Amino acid sequence: MSIMIPEPKQVAGMSEVKNPVIEARKLGLTFQTNDGPVQALANVDLTIGKGEFVSFIGPSGCGKTTLLRVIADLEKPTSGSMLVNGMTAEKAREARAYGYVFQAAALFPWRTISGNVALPLEIMGVSKAEQAERIKRTLDLVNLSGFEKKYPWQLSGGMQQRASIARALAFDADLLLMDEPFGALDEIVRDHLNEQLLELWARTEKTICFVTHSIPEAVYLSTRIVVMSPRPGRVTDVIESTLPKERPLDIRETPEFLAIAARVRDGLRAGHSYED
Amino acid sequence: MDRLRDKIVPVTTLLVILVVAWYAFAVLLNSPFQRDLDRRAGETPGTVEFIGKTLTQTKPTLPSPDQVATNFFENTFLRKITSNRSLIYHSWVTLSSTLLGFAFGTVLGIVIAVGIVHVTTLDRSLMPWIIASQTIPILAVAPMIIVVLAAVGITGLIPKALISTYLSFFPVAVGMVKGLRSPELMHLDLMHTYNASRSQTFWKLRMPASVPFLFTSMKVAVAASLVGAIVGELPTGAVAGIGAKLLAAAYYSQSIDMWSALVAGSVVAALLVVAVGIVGRFVERSMGGRPA
Repeated sequence: MSIMIPEPKQVAGMSEVKNPVIEARKLGLTFQTNDGPVQALANVDLTIGKGEFVSFIGPSGCGKTTLLRVIADLEKPTSGSMLVNGMTAEKAREARAYGYVFQAAALFPWRTISGNVALPLEIMGVSKAEQAERIKRTLDLVNLSGFEKKYPWQLSGGMQQRASIARALAFDADLLLMDEPFGALDEIVRDHLNEQLLELWARTEKTICFVTHSIPEAVYLSTRIVVMSPRPGRVTDVIESTLPKERPLDIRETPEFLAIAARVRDGLRAGHSYED
Repeated sequence: MDRLRDKIVPVTTLLVILVVAWYAFAVLLNSPFQRDLDRRAGETPGTVEFIGKTLTQTKPTLPSPDQVATNFFENTFLRKITSNRSLIYHSWVTLSSTLLGFAFGTVLGIVIAVGIVHVTTLDRSLMPWIIASQTIPILAVAPMIIVVLAAVGITGLIPKALISTYLSFFPVAVGMVKGLRSPELMHLDLMHTYNASRSQTFWKLRMPASVPFLFTSMKVAVAASLVGAIVGELPTGAVAGIGAKLLAAAYYSQSIDMWSALVAGSVVAALLVVAVGIVGRFVERSMGGRPA
């Protein structure tokens, strides 16, 4: 039996992406360390369009988190350019263009769940009434209604991470940057949150950039998968997913899913990711 | 039950050992003078009588625990509070300057810490001076502060309180520098993604994150404040306060009075530390702290 998978387009479709949200051109970043310069990113060309769900996958040290941090203006590139919503990454950050979800929930322990979701709203000067309305809406969106008054330590790890997603959604940025958000959670919780994330993405139509080192997670979630390799950190393949938008969890047993996963694995191997 | 085994038994055992040792030393240290007295009076008391006499001298080298306890009880509970023999009166005098100095010191410590954390120049220049300030013996500085302030017309409570301030700002400054720098990188990055201003990052992240550090250092600072207040009373010719009481008792060799003033000082110190601890726990609880 043959499975139809489109051939990988070289440095996937810079030209045909409509409404680009993220445009990286010849992006490079070199860290100066005590052991000499380390090239974290080299020559990254990437365009991400509005409404896409793009995963970055690769072994540790491949620069996937660094790339996400460059988009977020938490790191400055040393060469090339990065445009977010058509402006420099710095301008985009100042315009609060994105919500960022870290590896850990990073909730403030002295604030309740609703207090944590309110944090960006307070900083951005949203009125009290508007804050209450948005807290309610975003907590609804991540299924945390009823936990407003709880403190972070009273919630499970998965719930804490959902609260941090609510916090990133609260100020209605169109772009969501997620750095291995479910990496520290067990597989059952992770499956559940993956499902919820897809649902949330379908409802909000946000653009999502998602860093992971799990192949099934990347394939299950993404419309496009960016495969990266280390030394120097670079993009080795970009794979368009042929899976439908509607994705029940058991789609992961279909041949189509497995074929895409196999291509991701091939991409990682081609980038020498499995070598020591 | 666990509390009995883990806390009460060990503490009581130690206390009993200390009291026994104290009695032994009292007999040992007071006996030369007692022998001298007996020789001059031509008496030859038996061992038990002799030991009894060493423990009931009016100006012993080392008063016995029961002498100190009796004196402390009488001067605390049986005197009128306005009497200048009342330990409560003296404690109150010392306490008032302790609290004023502690308040000054805490505010000063916080201000210095905020400066150090936010201004690079202060970070580089101020810390060595702050550490140096604490290496100067306070006993030498205290009279100078009193004299200089008296020369510009400031007398009374403030000069004494300033000596407490001098000792108490240090732990607060050091603790708060650590506390204000305690937020994780991830939390700071988070504030950066919101494009938060420095003052927003300070009030919403650094300040609340430093609260546990603040209370830990305030416990040290309040005890230091009390020491400062007592030391401040010594060279100033103060007529009231635990320090003045200590000095007067030492002057007239009233060792029992001296010891009971010492006890009063430690009781005040313990109460202050416990009070700060209770306030700290209350604040942490209201900030969503996990109950221990």
